[in-house]
Amino acid sequence: MATDAGGSAVIDKDGLDALVAVLAGRGRTVIGPIVRDGAIVLAELGSGADLPYGWGVELEAGTYRLRAREDGAAFAHSAGPQSWKTFLHPPRVREWSADRSADGDLVVTEETGTPPAYAFLGVRPCDLRAIAIQDRVLTGGRHADQGYRGRRERAFLVAVECTDPGATCFCVSMGTGPAAGPGFDLALTEVLDAGGHRFLVRAGSEEGESVLADLPRSPADPATREAAHERVAGAADRMGRSMPPVDLRTLMRETLTAGRWDDVAARCLTCGNCTMVCPTCFCTSTEDVTDLTGDHAERWRHWESCFDLDFSHLPGGSVRESPRSRYRQWATHKLGTWFDQFGSSGCVGCGRCIVWCPVGIDITEEAHALHQERESRAARPPGPESPA
Amino acid sequence: MTTPHAVAHSAALPVPHRVVTRAAEAPGVATIVLEPVRSALPPFVPGQFAMVYAFGVGDIPLSVSGIDGDRLTHTVRSVGAVSAALQGLEAGATVGVRGPFGTGWGLPAAAGRDLLVVAGGIGLAPLRPLVRAALAAPGEYGRLNVLIGSRTPQDLLYAPETRGWAPRARVLVTVDRPDGRWRGDVGVVTALLDRAAFDPGTAAAFVCGPEPMIRATAAELVHRGADPGRIMVSLERTMHCATGHCGHCQLGPLLLCRDGPVVSWTTAEPLLLVREL
Amino acid sequence: MTTSQHGFLGGLPPAHRDRLTAFAQEVEISAGARIFEEGGAADRFWIIRSGGAALDVHVPGRPPPVVETLGEGDLLGWSWLFEPYRWHLGAQARGRLRADEFDASRVRAACGQDPAFGLAVTGAVAAVIARRLKATRTRLLDLYGPPGGGAGGGDG
Repeated sequence: MATDAGGSAVIDKDGLDALVAVLAGRGRTVIGPIVRDGAIVLAELGSGADLPYGWGVELEAGTYRLRAREDGAAFAHSAGPQSWKTFLHPPRVREWSADRSADGDLVVTEETGTPPAYAFLGVRPCDLRAIAIQDRVLTGGRHADQGYRGRRERAFLVAVECTDPGATCFCVSMGTGPAAGPGFDLALTEVLDAGGHRFLVRAGSEEGESVLADLPRSPADPATREAAHERVAGAADRMGRSMPPVDLRTLMRETLTAGRWDDVAARCLTCGNCTMVCPTCFCTSTEDVTDLTGDHAERWRHWESCFDLDFSHLPGGSVRESPRSRYRQWATHKLGTWFDQFGSSGCVGCGRCIVWCPVGIDITEEAHALHQERESRAARPPGPESPA
Repeated sequence: MTTPHAVAHSAALPVPHRVVTRAAEAPGVATIVLEPVRSALPPFVPGQFAMVYAFGVGDIPLSVSGIDGDRLTHTVRSVGAVSAALQGLEAGATVGVRGPFGTGWGLPAAAGRDLLVVAGGIGLAPLRPLVRAALAAPGEYGRLNVLIGSRTPQDLLYAPETRGWAPRARVLVTVDRPDGRWRGDVGVVTALLDRAAFDPGTAAAFVCGPEPMIRATAAELVHRGADPGRIMVSLERTMHCATGHCGHCQLGPLLLCRDGPVVSWTTAEPLLLVREL
Repeated sequence: MTTSQHGFLGGLPPAHRDRLTAFAQEVEISAGARIFEEGGAADRFWIIRSGGAALDVHVPGRPPPVVETLGEGDLLGWSWLFEPYRWHLGAQARGRLRADEFDASRVRAACGQDPAFGLAVTGAVAAVIARRLKATRTRLLDLYGPPGGGAGGGDG
């Protein structure tokens, strides 16, 4: 568990309601998990009562089902189909407009206006890391995505540590959970035991401390701290999936021509679902439009998937024509070349790509298979022995 | 007249530039000279590229084929909607320009060495400012060789200018398809290496053209003893944002808009060997 | 200059190179002269010292299209090594051509008598043919034709 940068306290369900109200009262749009259309989705919370109390999820490769829980837990579910990138790096944005005047001059107008002040309630540790990764991609280089930066700088993050991981979770392998790493304003750990339904709250920023000070709370007692710690530590032992215990970056670099890519390509539909649900996938394409006068043009940017054939289009055709090369691009980028480009893994172990793959392709299974193929290649069996 | 000064721009926003001149270069190829309408972009170095926006159509990456203060020169071949629109612009038209983006050729690092510039087709465009810079610094470098491969004599770029590079540079030109009047060389550009004046072990090479031409040239240079780390090549992949955020221009570990387009052969070779990377 | 290392002779070990050059006779061919014609007897070959030669194909009704040019250090002619010892292209001097000329039958005889020398010469000629085949295949791709030019051309 991360160290407390600020204070800590214990709140109950009323405290959680108050948290939503306090954040809204500070002018924030509070986004959190709610049950809708048979899934736990991220949407604006009217009050703490909107949270998915008593709902859990059953996850498997290609499978997602809500399951009622007896214990009434609010956060005993794992990643849903969306991630916070929907809000910080929206699927479709206008980047700028351009107007051409009668004398042929061109005036380009940047998208301005105050970005929304979000509060995200229920950021899983894996997703907290995913936000940090997108921060680095979109604002950490020579050029920063100013729109993203504006939304991100104003966002207040309430992390919720994981106590009930799903069958597709592998954050332990990726070193991202189930305890919350740095970057939160507040971190909650849900505790349900004889002592009641309550949440250990830790502040990770000044604003987090200030929000915490506005909540009805009691001091963080040793029993709650201990229970919270045990529940998170227990979750680490109940991961549904794992990655092979090797350097994944090297594994990807050394298996670019592996036969396994043909195997996965035979199953992959190149639908791009994995890229849409992935909390770190950031790729976009642009689109230029004009109005009927022809003198007003706009530049729009929308999410794009590396599974799209046009993604690697060159004048002569696409560089990555085969499904094999497109799945390989996605997986090797996520687990390998992301390090070269942005200094970390691009995978946080949330398991969304496994759950939402229509044919149940499992990136951990593929990584294990690549690992095995590399091992068997390294220890090539001796040739057939001739009977002497 | 006041010169517009460079000011900080968001690299995502096109900066209006006016077409000063437009010259037909070869069939389907034109060279346009742009000057800022108001504020200018930060300075470009040879090998870098700009994203040039045709109003309402879109923008494409174009290497600078000439740099003169705030004036940028681009040589455009019509291969798609945007390049067709840009290629057809007349003087006085306004375009948007973003940049500078990407790595340059890194000419200063080649000080004291023989220079070998190898261009195939439109690949001469990004190399022209490099040749001009080398010619502008006599004594700074060893012998300058410019090897040019072209489809036909009519497709040769910058013909009067390239002739004028001699005798300060050894300029060798070959074409794939001669016409009846062509008295020069016929064949692949690598065949010209025998007649270039350079010390293979220490020379710095700068290569741009279609990828198979780059591979063949680099392989031949390495075979002759050149240091792969001193063979600089300019690579092409799809580019949308040019700011490292859209993901399109990935080539394995590289984001070519950021880590390229110019990379050393040491970096490029293993990546170009993997099919569909 | 790199000619001596990478011309045709550069492909031969020194001892064999010396042996081959012993057969050489320096000649000068005037600008524009036809050196050999398609279908003619391939009884000689040349290593170019200076100037150049153009290889061409006979097409009725038009000047012979040039398919490749050769320069300093290059081997001019290899049909002399393979049956039926007939030129499959024509050749014309570009500018004044100075070359070492070889009598093909004498070199072939020496190759027959000394298999090590024969192997070296055949290998060096094969390397030239391989290089020209590679170049020809590259040009078959019409790489500089639209679309798909170099990075300077843009893609949109």
